[in-house]
Amino acid sequence: MYLGVNVMKTKCLAMILAGGQGSRLGALTKNIAKPAVPFGGKYRIIDFPLSNCANSGIDKVGVLTQYRPLELHTYLGTGNAWDLDTSNGGVFILPPYARDKGADWYKGTADAIYQNLNFIDMMDPEYVLILSGDHIYTMDYSKMLDAHRANKADATIGVFEVPWEEAPRFGIMNTDSVDGRIVEFEEKPAKPKSNLASMGIYIFNRSFLDKYLKADAIDEGSSHDFGKNIIPAMLNDNARLYSYAFEGYWKDVGTIESLWQANMDLLQDEPPFSFNNDWRIYSSNPSLPPHYVGPEAQVSCSMLNEGSMILGEVDHSVLFSGVKIGKGAKVTNSVVMPFTTIEENAVVDHAIVAQNCIISAGAQVVGEMGNIAVVPEGKTVESQADNSQQVS
Amino acid sequence: MSNMMGIINLDGANSMLKELCERRPVASLPVAGRYRVIDFAVSSMVNSGIDNVGVLLSAKARSVFDHLRSGKDWDLARHRGGLSYLPSDSYDGKPVTGNLSGLYHNLDYVQHTKAEYVLFAQADSLYNIDFRQMLLFHQNTGADITMLYSKAPQDIPGDTAVMKINENGRVTDIAKQMTTLRGANDFLGIYLMSKDTFNKVVTNGYERGGTDLLLDGIIRHMDEYSIFGCEHKGYVARINSTMAYYNANRSFLKPEIWNEVFMEHGAIHTKTKDAAPVQYKETAKVTNSLIANGCVIRGEVENSILFRNVTVAEGVKIKDCIVMEHCVIEDNAMLRDVICDKNVTVSKDQWLKGAENYPLIVAKGTVI
Repeated sequence: MYLGVNVMKTKCLAMILAGGQGSRLGALTKNIAKPAVPFGGKYRIIDFPLSNCANSGIDKVGVLTQYRPLELHTYLGTGNAWDLDTSNGGVFILPPYARDKGADWYKGTADAIYQNLNFIDMMDPEYVLILSGDHIYTMDYSKMLDAHRANKADATIGVFEVPWEEAPRFGIMNTDSVDGRIVEFEEKPAKPKSNLASMGIYIFNRSFLDKYLKADAIDEGSSHDFGKNIIPAMLNDNARLYSYAFEGYWKDVGTIESLWQANMDLLQDEPPFSFNNDWRIYSSNPSLPPHYVGPEAQVSCSMLNEGSMILGEVDHSVLFSGVKIGKGAKVTNSVVMPFTTIEENAVVDHAIVAQNCIISAGAQVVGEMGNIAVVPEGKTVESQADNSQQVS
Repeated sequence: MSNMMGIINLDGANSMLKELCERRPVASLPVAGRYRVIDFAVSSMVNSGIDNVGVLLSAKARSVFDHLRSGKDWDLARHRGGLSYLPSDSYDGKPVTGNLSGLYHNLDYVQHTKAEYVLFAQADSLYNIDFRQMLLFHQNTGADITMLYSKAPQDIPGDTAVMKINENGRVTDIAKQMTTLRGANDFLGIYLMSKDTFNKVVTNGYERGGTDLLLDGIIRHMDEYSIFGCEHKGYVARINSTMAYYNANRSFLKPEIWNEVFMEHGAIHTKTKDAAPVQYKETAKVTNSLIANGCVIRGEVENSILFRNVTVAEGVKIKDCIVMEHCVIEDNAMLRDVICDKNVTVSKDQWLKGAENYPLIVAKGTVI
């Protein structure tokens, strides 16, 4: 592609896998892709990898979309919200497309990247950083790239220490304790030998990745997945795979419970990451006024966004923009997404209420730990105790 | 598209704004938690379909450049039209006074725009006005000049211009006064006229030694034009004194005004800063207040406006105050009837108190 004269060579190209359905989020991902799910009072999940890229100095980001991409595409726009709308770089939206010999969906994480090898060629990077669009964390990818280069690695995999009892739920890396070189990868091992879980963050040397993706593409028995196929194949060939240990807050928000918990984590007295320092989490900013807290309102241990009007009680909750809480209403231990109205004397507890809902006066939406109530987008909950869990 | 172009004047009558406008024009005075005064004029223009806005620069304009930049936040960073800055340099070595000189030396810019009409607004008021309605009024009356006014709901001290309007809506007299009396037709500093009329008003005024658009361009030539007054019935607050500033901010604590200005018509846009949602901690107690993003609150806040990124520590009591961006109020400090300009730190245990009709103003960057 002709990009003009004196274009700086791309060192590292990021590819965000944002096509998954996120079926375990149930009603919340009925109409939108998981990366577009609102999180943290103002953000969407994909803001985290995108902001990490922008803050790490990576200015070319491909976003691979497939499932329900309309809202996600609209949201990404020109990449302006993340300061990625530069003339040579930016956000590139990469849905599956038709070719001369027909069209294919993305059949797995590796296949999605394989189908975009021509995009990678066009960008011509030295390294390819693969990210998922469904994790909440702040991370400086440039440090991981430094480690990758220092190790003269073929591939580097971000790992995160999980509690031993949870290790059987993850892809576990068994490493050489001296230099972090990966000796074995086990997908969801019953008896884990290590508690280093793969975060789904990979840096590959481009030509190295290219070779394995092409080989994988013609392997009919493969499920075209990085964790299941590509990484084991690389290890099989005794390639230089290194782990990069991430310390800090990292959360997979793939289920209702974990999404709710990650929102609640933000309400600790010292939140897991400080929002207002230089490592900004960028997001699109709708033009809404500061929120108003009424004379009889009570707000504690909560996060509130712009354009909201709070006349009732809010405790241990995360409220997005344009939320209205009527007089006498009580919202506790809950997440309330944009432009939802909770009318007078309604009660919302241990719940996730999606955008544009109305919880009518006196209605109750009550879940409990381990069984968070969910109200799907656009739903009106009437007062006759429609407090069934998981409304849709 | 609306066939109007906008011109914005940064200064209003701000002689009674004291410290707040010592180093900034009234247009860049922070207001309502996250805005600057100029946002209301620019956003109203953009929401009325005006895609060509010229900002007439005056002294102390740095804060205006920093705020508006390319105009991107108002969708005014355009290939054609969009935001323009109109300098009012001195062309003959003498210092520039008044706005006529700047307008006169930028008349070529006005001529080059495609629009037929010029909407001139002083950026010293808060409102959300659909100027397309004003254009309809202007076209229906066949006026040369239409001037927007509102009926003063009470006596308002501070420099003003009031208009006498006859039963046909025609303006028969305009007078600059020190106070607007209750019920008077209070001119809002907003004019609409055709490009040709604008050209004539500015040229006639400036070439005869005039300095001020209202005084030398219009009042001295009243009999040459048919001037109509168009009444604005919605919310408006002119910032022409410290008390006016204080009261205008606090008017947004009324949900009906907050709704009318920010939610019901087009949005009021401003420079975005990616501040996180407000963090209310366990000890926070906030009532009847407007809180902007980026704030972290552990203390008590009542009847107040907190701008972006204000930190309120434990034990703090803030009542009837306006606290601008990046202020830090430390443990057990007490503030009452105070306006803190940007970046003020009030240290532990300090008590500050103004009076209900005379708020204490703490200058930008002060550490108390």
